[in-house]
Amino acid sequence: MFAADSDAVGAFRRIFAEPLGGLGIVLVVAMIAGAVFADLLAGADPFRISPRDRFLDPSLDHLLGTDHLGRDLFSRVLHGGRIALSVALFSTAASLAIGIVLGLIAGFGPRWLDNILILLFDAIKSFPTVMLALALVTLFGPSLTAVIVVVVLVNVPGYARIIRTQTLALKSAEFVAAAESMGAGTARVLRVHILPNVIGPLLILASMDIPVVIAIEAGMSFLGLGVRPPTPSWGAILNDGFTAIRDTPWIAVAGGLPIILTTLGFTFLGETLRDVFDPRLRGRG
Amino acid sequence: MLNYAVKRLGLSVVIVSVAMLLLFSMIYLIPGDPAAVALGPRATEAMREALRIKMGLDKPVWIQFWNFFASAWQGDLGREVLSDRPVAQVVLEQLPYTLALIASGIIWSVAIGIPLGCWAAVRRSSFADRLVGVLSVAVIAVPSFVIAIYALLIFAVTLRWLPAIGAGEPGDPGSQIVHLILPSLAVGLGWVGYIARMVRASMLESLEASHIRTARAFGLPDRQITYQYALKIAILPTVTLLGVGIGQMLSSAVFAEIVFARPGVGKLVYDAILTRNYPLVTGAVLVTTVLFVLINLLADLIVGALDPRVRSGF
Repeated sequence: MFAADSDAVGAFRRIFAEPLGGLGIVLVVAMIAGAVFADLLAGADPFRISPRDRFLDPSLDHLLGTDHLGRDLFSRVLHGGRIALSVALFSTAASLAIGIVLGLIAGFGPRWLDNILILLFDAIKSFPTVMLALALVTLFGPSLTAVIVVVVLVNVPGYARIIRTQTLALKSAEFVAAAESMGAGTARVLRVHILPNVIGPLLILASMDIPVVIAIEAGMSFLGLGVRPPTPSWGAILNDGFTAIRDTPWIAVAGGLPIILTTLGFTFLGETLRDVFDPRLRGRG
Repeated sequence: MLNYAVKRLGLSVVIVSVAMLLLFSMIYLIPGDPAAVALGPRATEAMREALRIKMGLDKPVWIQFWNFFASAWQGDLGREVLSDRPVAQVVLEQLPYTLALIASGIIWSVAIGIPLGCWAAVRRSSFADRLVGVLSVAVIAVPSFVIAIYALLIFAVTLRWLPAIGAGEPGDPGSQIVHLILPSLAVGLGWVGYIARMVRASMLESLEASHIRTARAFGLPDRQITYQYALKIAILPTVTLLGVGIGQMLSSAVFAEIVFARPGVGKLVYDAILTRNYPLVTGAVLVTTVLFVLINLLADLIVGALDPRVRSGF
């Protein structure tokens, strides 16, 4: 009976046992389902312009009303979820991959390389996020690429530092020395002995960073520096709402609500995950 | 302490230099000819060539970097493209607006966050404590630009209690303060959560301390123990937290300035990007970065002065 607690089902049950964890899972699942089944759920085409229907209030035909071009906002919000979700997944995966490699190099490589990397991380961290985003947009132009580069630059220093600290601690551990004395090369030691031991806390931190990533994408698209119109993104919808805020409140509400609900959902879920699996990380949030 | 301060200052100088190098490589990599962008389509080839020489673009890349680096450390950030005024002057004109916004954001977060954290800590594990915990996480999670838009929508557009745009009449502090309320709320609200959490956690720790137990044994009133003795120690970590916080508030301030159409460095950079005024973009980014590094330095030095353990760990 107690054994069940150690497997995935048990972990899931423990997350659900926390009220906020349960709410987090519900919000996150709703967001993912909305994004994946956007075409089925929305009915309306998110791109279809219909000037006669502009600025409609919410109704059964248009659950969240329509925007300044008469496009169905509910459909645009669901399709915006696709952008948010794919940017979050892709850029988090990219940051993890780069962060792990750089962290292992810093932790296991020569001292001078370690110093250079740490300095570089500190320098990148010294740019306020929005300023970094604004500067990078001058280089890449407003695009999804710019958003992903910003997210990777913001996330990598933190991830690499964690991996580096853990690697430094493990480098002199007995089992690593044993593996080396039996003739294991650096690559094998890193892959088989070090990586599995450092990856757990990193994944929890990455899950807690997902709301931040979603906020960066929405924020850049809000400023017109991310996804280009007419592609639906929550930030772009919020910007449409901002422009038309004196005509109708519904566009701004429709753009802001999904951002609020998903950031809350991922945050509640991440906090519960951390408390359940690794309470030591508490306080770093 | 002096040793620590010098080392910490040296690190800041190195970090700013590396940040300059990164920023320079960014400008250098921007596709297109800066001289052509600056002069517009009607310029002749001779005019472009003259400007290129004036801007030093004909020199090898490492000399260009050195010129950028050396003049930036002397406060010369070049001239902006549209009005040919010194970038440093333009940025410094806008900086006070942004600093005022951030300072008022801090006032919100400290004025609400510290009492809220204390209040929750004293009622540990009660429903009120849990509620404060959930609300703190919630305001931290929601991005500031959503808060800004919703605040604009509710308090300025729907209820019409507060003004929606601008920074108020020059020379009229009353109207300037009224114009600060909503933008600074958007900047500071998330930090109410951070500070409430931090104060709660460190209050729980300091309420367990032995001198607090002694004070209790002497029969001092609870209120005096909580707010006079326990809070005094518990407030220290908040200083470090605010050091990091000001950098993030700088990011929120950019959004608040754009949403509420306030003057400031954020609005300046945003407009400069839309008009492709690149020297202004890099200048303003550099100034805010230096500001951020300085604030973190200051926070570290204050904490270092108050807590010797920090100094020895360096």
